[in-house]
Amino acid sequence: MKAAAVLVGIALALALQTTVARFVVGGTAAVDLVLVAVVYVALTTGPVSGMLSGSLAGLIQDALSSGGVIGIGGLAKAIVGFAVGVIGQQFIVTAALPRLVMLVAATAVHAAIFMGLYVALGLRTFPSPWQAMVGQVLGNAVVGMIAFAIIEAMPGVIERRRAGRRVR
Amino acid sequence: MAVLDIRQRTGWLFFGVLVAHIILISAQVNTRRGVPMLEAVVFGAFAEVQRAASSVVSGVQEGWTNYFALQQIRRDNEQLKHEVTEMRVALQQERALANQARTLQQLLDLRTTLPLSTTAGTVTQSAVIGGGPSPAFRTITIDKGSHDGIRQDMAVLAPAGVVGRVIMPSGRAAKVQLLIDSNAAAGVMVERTRAQGVAVGSGTERLQMEYVPSSADVKPGDQVVTSGIDGIYPKGLVIGQIESVRGGTGDSRTIVIKPAVDFSSLEAVLVVLTPPAAVPDTEVPRADVQTGAQPSPASPPQPATAQTAPEAPESEDSGIDER
Repeated sequence: MKAAAVLVGIALALALQTTVARFVVGGTAAVDLVLVAVVYVALTTGPVSGMLSGSLAGLIQDALSSGGVIGIGGLAKAIVGFAVGVIGQQFIVTAALPRLVMLVAATAVHAAIFMGLYVALGLRTFPSPWQAMVGQVLGNAVVGMIAFAIIEAMPGVIERRRAGRRVR
Repeated sequence: MAVLDIRQRTGWLFFGVLVAHIILISAQVNTRRGVPMLEAVVFGAFAEVQRAASSVVSGVQEGWTNYFALQQIRRDNEQLKHEVTEMRVALQQERALANQARTLQQLLDLRTTLPLSTTAGTVTQSAVIGGGPSPAFRTITIDKGSHDGIRQDMAVLAPAGVVGRVIMPSGRAAKVQLLIDSNAAAGVMVERTRAQGVAVGSGTERLQMEYVPSSADVKPGDQVVTSGIDGIYPKGLVIGQIESVRGGTGDSRTIVIKPAVDFSSLEAVLVVLTPPAAVPDTEVPRADVQTGAQPSPASPPQPATAQTAPEAPESEDSGIDER
């Protein structure tokens, strides 16, 4: 059940990333909703789920990207998912600030691995990598915090609606 | 089955995922030479595996091959050793033949250089076919007999010098009394001083020179040759060398002669068919039978009688051949 939920969440993130995210921040794709989903999965379920979900989501993302190398995104997201999962098991990261820190760190690490591998392999050049990294960090932090809040608020909202229906 | 629970092996799982991604990336990325990285890495790693496997297989193959090769080499070695042994035997036989040929050549040289050799048929060659039956009698048997013209008291020579005389010819063989036999004697003289005497056998490997004038100058190292007065041995043939002179001077001296001939290794001899006539001592040079050379200029002039020696009676008795 948990695995299915993870897969659904990843699929939803991918769908939103490919359809909605480009309209969110001026079409520059500074927000990586898939990474946000992976971080959330890792924080809530642990390193193995975070790693596997990150790997799967990254591979799909790579496959859908034209001209990229399949595996670099998967590797980056797998590492991030594993690391976030481990940290989430070691520390209490249910509050907003720790999660924000985790989002920022995860995005920075992901960007570093992703761009670093491309540059190291000589496959692509990034004219302003630091600027891109900062943009992703800010975008993911904002969108991630909102998404986390929405996801965690959803069970309560649903419960209240059900209770309201029963009162009527 | 906690061991198989992948969640209990987080580190290994993470490592496996990383490796899988790296492999996936490598499959799509080319190296600077244009070869796919995965292919290059896999090829490089597999090449090392191949190298290791090849070295192991080569080692086993070499050991196996060398084992059989060594067995073949061992067989070859044994065969070669056998061949070497056969060749050594053949070489010894060839050497024996060569020595025999050399001896015969020396005899031939002696035959041609002897003064007697000018007369055809005066010297005949014989092979030694037997030794004496008793140590007390130093004799040999030769393969020529009366059918070949061998008669009693004919001189028998070797390339080195005088061997002895015929004492009993039969039809196809003859018994030769060696000069070292205790009953043998020959008229001799010291080549340097012309001092005469009689060489008598002692039954050993040495001769003694007797009847030497007390005033004669004799010393060790002097060459002793036949004097020809016995009517058996041609004059000038080498008897041997004076080995020692003991007992002071005069008639009491004991003069020991070391024979020139090695009587223990006689193979072929010459028999002088024509006994020489007795000639004056001062007129006859010695024939250097050992080297086959002609008399040296320092020697006395060669007399005509040596070249044209008339045939003497076969049974001429010198009186000193039997003591």
